[in-house]
Amino acid sequence: MHSPHIAKPTTVSVIMFKVLAALVPGLILSVFFNGIGVLAQLALATATALLAEAAMLKLRGVPVRFFLRDGSAVLTAWLLALTMPSLGAWWLIVVATLFAIVIAKQLYGGLGNNPFNPAMAGFAAVIVAFPAQMAQWASPGVPLNALQQLAYIFTHQLPSSGAPDAVAPATSLGLLKTRMLLDGYDVSQFFATPLYGHVAGFGGVWIALAYLAGGLFLWRQRLIPWQTPVAMLVGAASVALPLWQYDPVHFANPLFHLTASATMLAAFFIVTDPVTAPTTSRGRLIFGFLVGVLLYVIRVFGGMPDAVAFAVLIMNIAVPFIDHTIKPPVFGAKRKGGPA
Amino acid sequence: MSKLYTFHGGIELPENKQQSTGRPIGTPPLPARLCLPLSQNLGNPAKPCVAVGDRVLKGQRIAEADGTVSAALHAPTSGTVVEIAPRAFAHPSGLAETAIVIEADGRDEWQPRQGFPLWQSAEPAEVRRFLRDMGVVGLGGSMFPTSLKLASETLDTLVINGAECEPYISCDDLLMRERAADIVAGIAIVTRLMQPKQVLIGIEDNKSEAIAAMRAACMNTPYRVVAVPTKYPSGSAKQLIRVLTGIEIPHGMRYTDMGVQCFNVGTVYSVCRAVEHGEPVISRIVTLSGAVARPQNVEALLGTPVTELMAWAGLSPRNDGVILGGPMTGFRLSDLSVGITKSSNCLLGSSPKLFPPRPPAMPCIRCGECADACPAKLQPMDLFWFAKTKDFGKAQERNLFDCIECGACSYVCPSQLPLVDYYRFAKSEIWAAERDKKASDRARSRHEFRLFRIEREKIEKAQRLAERSTAAKAAPQTATTAGTNSHLTPSAEDKSAAIKAAMERAAALKATGKESPVMQSEEAKQAAIQAAMERAAARKAAREAAGETPLQPPSASDEAKKAAIQAAMERAAAQRAAQAAASVGLPETPAAPIVPNNVLDDAKKAAIQAAMARAAAKKAEREAAEVNQRSGAAPATNALDDAKKAAIKAAMERAAAKKAALDTADAAPPATDTSPAAPAAQPAAMDDAKRAAIKAAMERAAARKAARDAEQGRDTEQDKDS
Ligand code: SF4
Ligand code: SF4
Repeated sequence: MHSPHIAKPTTVSVIMFKVLAALVPGLILSVFFNGIGVLAQLALATATALLAEAAMLKLRGVPVRFFLRDGSAVLTAWLLALTMPSLGAWWLIVVATLFAIVIAKQLYGGLGNNPFNPAMAGFAAVIVAFPAQMAQWASPGVPLNALQQLAYIFTHQLPSSGAPDAVAPATSLGLLKTRMLLDGYDVSQFFATPLYGHVAGFGGVWIALAYLAGGLFLWRQRLIPWQTPVAMLVGAASVALPLWQYDPVHFANPLFHLTASATMLAAFFIVTDPVTAPTTSRGRLIFGFLVGVLLYVIRVFGGMPDAVAFAVLIMNIAVPFIDHTIKPPVFGAKRKGGPA
Repeated sequence: MSKLYTFHGGIELPENKQQSTGRPIGTPPLPARLCLPLSQNLGNPAKPCVAVGDRVLKGQRIAEADGTVSAALHAPTSGTVVEIAPRAFAHPSGLAETAIVIEADGRDEWQPRQGFPLWQSAEPAEVRRFLRDMGVVGLGGSMFPTSLKLASETLDTLVINGAECEPYISCDDLLMRERAADIVAGIAIVTRLMQPKQVLIGIEDNKSEAIAAMRAACMNTPYRVVAVPTKYPSGSAKQLIRVLTGIEIPHGMRYTDMGVQCFNVGTVYSVCRAVEHGEPVISRIVTLSGAVARPQNVEALLGTPVTELMAWAGLSPRNDGVILGGPMTGFRLSDLSVGITKSSNCLLGSSPKLFPPRPPAMPCIRCGECADACPAKLQPMDLFWFAKTKDFGKAQERNLFDCIECGACSYVCPSQLPLVDYYRFAKSEIWAAERDKKASDRARSRHEFRLFRIEREKIEKAQRLAERSTAAKAAPQTATTAGTNSHLTPSAEDKSAAIKAAMERAAALKATGKESPVMQSEEAKQAAIQAAMERAAARKAAREAAGETPLQPPSASDEAKKAAIQAAMERAAAQRAAQAAASVGLPETPAAPIVPNNVLDDAKKAAIQAAMARAAAKKAEREAAEVNQRSGAAPATNALDDAKKAAIKAAMERAAAKKAALDTADAAPPATDTSPAAPAAQPAAMDDAKRAAIKAAMERAAARKAARDAEQGRDTEQDKDS
């Protein structure tokens, strides 16, 4: 009945599942470095997300199976699982996922209508509500075996033989911050600690590279624009570089910030979420850049070492304004310097 | 090699052209009956010049061009006219349209063919008229009368469009391969008429055979064949012009104003056939493809039923319909018995496998794919949102009308949103709303004017009464006792009665305004007529001014002003007459007994005449509305058409009003002599004139806008000439 009668086969589900596929390398390395706990978190988040999404779709009276298949809930779950602490209590990720799906996504009208990135909203909610429980990472010094990790996630019990520091308080960024604040370390001393050497530094860089690879794949597939990730990395570097040059003792070098795994995950999988980002190229550049700047500022000067969520959420607020302000000229409209 | 430009957006599509390019252009068997809708061009439908029962020869004119924005229609074969009646029409609306049905006699007998051998030396206008009478229109899809696009001006670049970017369609490709010489001959004729500095023939680089054929044919000419990158929609006129010249023609701008003009290869081919061979447009190349056994191009006579062509190509039994046009812009035919028209470039057998139904739409995820694909550089997701929430103002603000409905956005949308459908919906809603708004604006200003007049009448009456009573006091000797009684007693009565009458009148007006929309629309129509009249006057003034040296622009505005003033004066006079008539009609009015009967008569006459004119105008409007329905995509021409008809009626009405005014004026002096009301009426009349002038100015502005819109609409149509 209606033209056009043909359509590109790239549907929303196809996009979502390709994005999930692009996350897999990072996921594997994350499991490798952070332990099996990551997989447990992933399973918990996915199950919760699907159930919550189905229930909400049913409540809203829209076709459940059709919308469940779009894969967006699973993607939210995965992003949460990859940003939440690997040894966090089981209910923590369940709460975060519920918040993400029910409140940040479905109550706003579901896919496409949510102003805030659901995963980041869920993350922010739990980090504000349960800051202590959010510091539960597998410590590289005293590795727990798979069973022990699962036991810890579900029962919060450490094996009797385990040392008390089997659970590390935070990611590399958090560590850097605490060490500098509490122990008076400077940046170089911190980098010399074995803690950094294994989990957050070395491993983190590998995970970050895996995310980068996934992101490049998505870009090659034309599923994400280049503007947002590049602008975000440039934005973060543009603050980090001058500060580091000015005072390398107290400010980590920009590469440290860029290769923190959360940074890369954010650049290629979070700020690229189309729903909560601007739609124009120029808008995306502005949005990405400011997320990068905020990310650094909050990380270094603010109270939250895991600043991605807040940087993204703050900029989500600005998206309607950016979209409203930036209107590219239409065909034939005069541009400065260009042909009429 | 000239520099090529790119246009923003555009998409790569599976071409699916090879299916139909393997065979040469075929000739399907002569159909038994041909059904030719009269509306085969943008603008006024052709006027039949044969009657049922007439025998016609192949190439004989069966309908004449109706005005400038029109083109003639010819018998595609010899036979008998068996019917002139509404028939199903190849249009998305599926509405019926007056058509001439010819029963073929099988002899296919040509009438003597008369070309235009002297085109080299003839006046361009003559050649243009000849082309109009040969039924030459844009064959790329716009059906815009070619004669109008040939207006001779000094042109920079003449673009010949052989891009043919839509999948499956290969009719232009085959035409260029097989008949390049005639195309080039056609270009020569167009070049003679338009005197372009350069001629560029743009062909997508996926048609190497056509490019080779055209290059060979252009050997000894200055025309340049340019291979342009294959990207949909490079065959859209504006996009092709951009690719070839770098010029972006803004919405609403005429191509020639930017120094370019664009013709489809099929169009220039038919120019050649008409001028050199005396063959009017009676057939066209149609691609038969999709779910058919023998996809190929055919030269099909206009009016050949779709069923016969599809049967010839072997429509698959598993088909689920036939698409007229390509897969991107075509539409499913609701009735396969319709005859092909001058714009039918492709018939696609549809099957669920080839063209599966669109999966259910998801919400927009703001991915921006549509914006990346949009050749008009729009933000389709925003337009979609505005259309969906019926925020049409915003949609317009964000250039909805720049959308060329190419379908690229819908094609790429991962959420499978039927975006173009939303834009079509929004556009038609806006058109409808604009019509309504114009109508209600006029109605409102009229209503306000009436209230004002009623108010003023009250004041006048009070003044009159006051003067009378002073007069009566100052000169008691002239008044009889009875006279005094009749003066003093009724004075209070008069006042209240007048007020009551005024109120009643106002109420009645309100009631009619509210309860009978017919009245309102009538008023609106009248207003439209006035506007049209003024526009005509303004146009005339502009033309006259243009005729004079262009160094004197003030004269144009002077003329227009004069015309406007005249119109305002006439209207004021008419209103005065009507008012006088109305006031004399009231028994309470003191002037009543002394007004001569002829005033009443005249007023009545004027009213009758006005009513007649109104009825005529209504008829015109109805006709125009019909045209509208028939070709929803061509509001511009309807507007033109409408305006013309309305202008004529308006002139009639003006004459009637003038006469009434004159008569009333004749009748007025005796009334003035005897009625003290006359002096008071003087300033009121002035007021009237002022009011009318303001109104006229407003209407003029509206008319100007309408004219602009019409131009723009026309321009949009031109775009389709791809
Ligand atoms: S392509 Fe579709 S989903 Fe993407 S922004 Fe455009 S309308 Fe929305
Ligand atoms: S249909 Fe209109 S909005 Fe969509 S891509 Fe074409 S021009 Fe742009």
